[in-house]
Amino acid sequence: MQTTLDQIYENNKAKVIDIRGGSGIRKRLSQMGIHPGDIITVFRFGALGGPILIEVHGSQVALGRGIASRIIVEKVE
Amino acid sequence: MRIALAGQPNCGKSTIFNHIAGYKAITSNFPGTTVKYTETKTRIKGITCSCIDLPGTYSLTSGDPAEFEARKHLLSGEVDVIINVVDASLLCRSLELTLQLLELEIPMVLCLNMIDEAQRKGIQIDVPKLSNLLGIPVISTIATTGKGLDELFNEAIKVYEEKRERRYLKFSKDIEEIINELVSILLSEHMCEKEVPCRFLALKLLENDQFFIKEINQVESITNNVKAFHERLEKIHGVPSDEVISSERHALAMNLFEKVSTVIHPPRRDIRIAIDNWVMHKVFGYLILAGIFYGFFNLIFGIGGYIEEPLMEFFDRWIERFEGFWGKESLSFFLFKGILQGIAGGIAIVLPYIVPFLIALSILEDVGYLPRVAFLMDVFMHKIGLHGKSIIPFILGYGCSVPAVMATRMLEFPQHRFIVSVLTTMIPCAARITIIFGLVAFFIGPNAALAIFGLNILIVAILGKVLSALYPEPGSLGLILEIPVYQLPHLQNTLKKSWYRIREFIVIAWPLLIIGSALLALMEYGGVEKYINWFLSPLTRILGLPVSVGMTLIFGLLRKELSMIMLTQALGTTQIIKVMTKSQILVFTIFVTFYIPCLATIAALWKEIGKKRTLLSILFTLSVAILISLATRIFLKIVF
Repeated sequence: MQTTLDQIYENNKAKVIDIRGGSGIRKRLSQMGIHPGDIITVFRFGALGGPILIEVHGSQVALGRGIASRIIVEKVE
Repeated sequence: MRIALAGQPNCGKSTIFNHIAGYKAITSNFPGTTVKYTETKTRIKGITCSCIDLPGTYSLTSGDPAEFEARKHLLSGEVDVIINVVDASLLCRSLELTLQLLELEIPMVLCLNMIDEAQRKGIQIDVPKLSNLLGIPVISTIATTGKGLDELFNEAIKVYEEKRERRYLKFSKDIEEIINELVSILLSEHMCEKEVPCRFLALKLLENDQFFIKEINQVESITNNVKAFHERLEKIHGVPSDEVISSERHALAMNLFEKVSTVIHPPRRDIRIAIDNWVMHKVFGYLILAGIFYGFFNLIFGIGGYIEEPLMEFFDRWIERFEGFWGKESLSFFLFKGILQGIAGGIAIVLPYIVPFLIALSILEDVGYLPRVAFLMDVFMHKIGLHGKSIIPFILGYGCSVPAVMATRMLEFPQHRFIVSVLTTMIPCAARITIIFGLVAFFIGPNAALAIFGLNILIVAILGKVLSALYPEPGSLGLILEIPVYQLPHLQNTLKKSWYRIREFIVIAWPLLIIGSALLALMEYGGVEKYINWFLSPLTRILGLPVSVGMTLIFGLLRKELSMIMLTQALGTTQIIKVMTKSQILVFTIFVTFYIPCLATIAALWKEIGKKRTLLSILFTLSVAILISLATRIFLKIVF
């Protein structure tokens, strides 16, 4: 089932399906190694709607909630 | 010949650079420490070469100004060899930049740095195979210990001398076709220069890189062709052309990575992840943050106060002794007193606080705590219209405003850069912290000093809110920040870095302090200082300060430390508490904390945000300083 990255629970994995938004956000995310097809592990959520800490290709990246909500993912069991 | 160190942020370029340059570039464990390039001359195998340390860049597509700077250098045609530094533990992602660098057709060596970190993660890399696939030498290194670095530079010289034929990795067939068609069009229009190879230019155009799209804008036929290619790619792949290219490069990098690396064991349950469970925790994270800063504060005050007191007494005794020797009104005594107070100010007031502060700051930076603070503070920074990354310039601001203003280059948006650079100048730098410690904490008490820090953060937050409402940033994306793994700070590196920063005080500020102090003593002797104080008296009166402090505020524009040292000179005693009331000390310190940035900072601002906005920020900080210190004066009068 498709959802957005900010809806994935902590310590779960998800596969990126699509990135909604302009080339600016796509470029920024692709530089961090986030493209459609990549597997992301959600590590933790910041307090009070703060950023999400994820792991992708072995590096940890903090993403604002707004950005995470634009990454369409599929939960991986 | 010129060697350029290029690579993604936080892969250790500056550490490698310092290995050959001595300590010249600040290093720390967060992405974006280097925002401008540093150059050094060196001799390798008898060949004189210059080596440049470029800011980290995730890709060669234009991003923030620091990345732009790196790309500008690589395309300048003045780089003879590229050393592409990659964090071996993040090889897969890093290879995407490597592939782009190869397109520049400059001789290149790949440096697999932090190879120990990769092994810890359980990744084994087949170095000869990688070298073979990329067609360039690959050297494993551990920059922090210097392992492999000599071999790396020797290899760089070798590829330069051999001028080895370079090859690049091929994309899928249909994309290669389009690239080739575009290359031949570019060639026929003579659009390719030596610095910007055709294939690189073609790819950038297909990626819709606005910088290059603008470059070719004059030639209409190419613009139309490029548009047609964009449409063709989009039609075949069903996604925008920039995404086609970036996905393709990503796939190539992944493919390479899979061919050369084997996972020998699953990443061990790393203690560092367990640490993050606490440090980045929703509740404990903030408690730890508060604890660290409280501890930091107490440590510096504890050490500084312990040293300041006996030293001040020592210098006071000497001054008294000479007063008896030369007579109170003699010129020699005035001059001597001025010089001695300048020296005393440096040894007794500034160094005791600045040394422990800078060492502690270095440790925090090297461990990698700052990006975690950005993660924790992001939500609060959003409340003032900025995002978490801006916390890093703020924290650096506690060290010195100049690097803080320059660190704003890591922010993507001009409005954010403007707001953050103005606000960081109001964060008390090491010099102003010594004033807060040396005056307020020393004469009134540590809690009063803490209150000033608290008030400062509150005011900066409110001003941030105001400024971001006045200068809104459209299209701000929100936080995207890499959180590097913790590193144990190397004692040697920490000390070298602290010394690098302390030296700045000793060789530039201290002589100024001594000269300024002597100058002030002479002015006092000649009676000139009265006129300046008279001129500033409307300001000092309104703040309820002794008229004689006026002069010190002028000196503070040169260097913030001067305000305090000159204060002892202007008031004629180091026992300031005897001539100023506690509330006067508070008002003075608060004014000095906020008012006009020092000359060096003004110069940095001028460069980063332009003349008009710099003048604006001078006026802004001055009015803020007057308002806040006036409010403090009134508040203290009512309450006490």
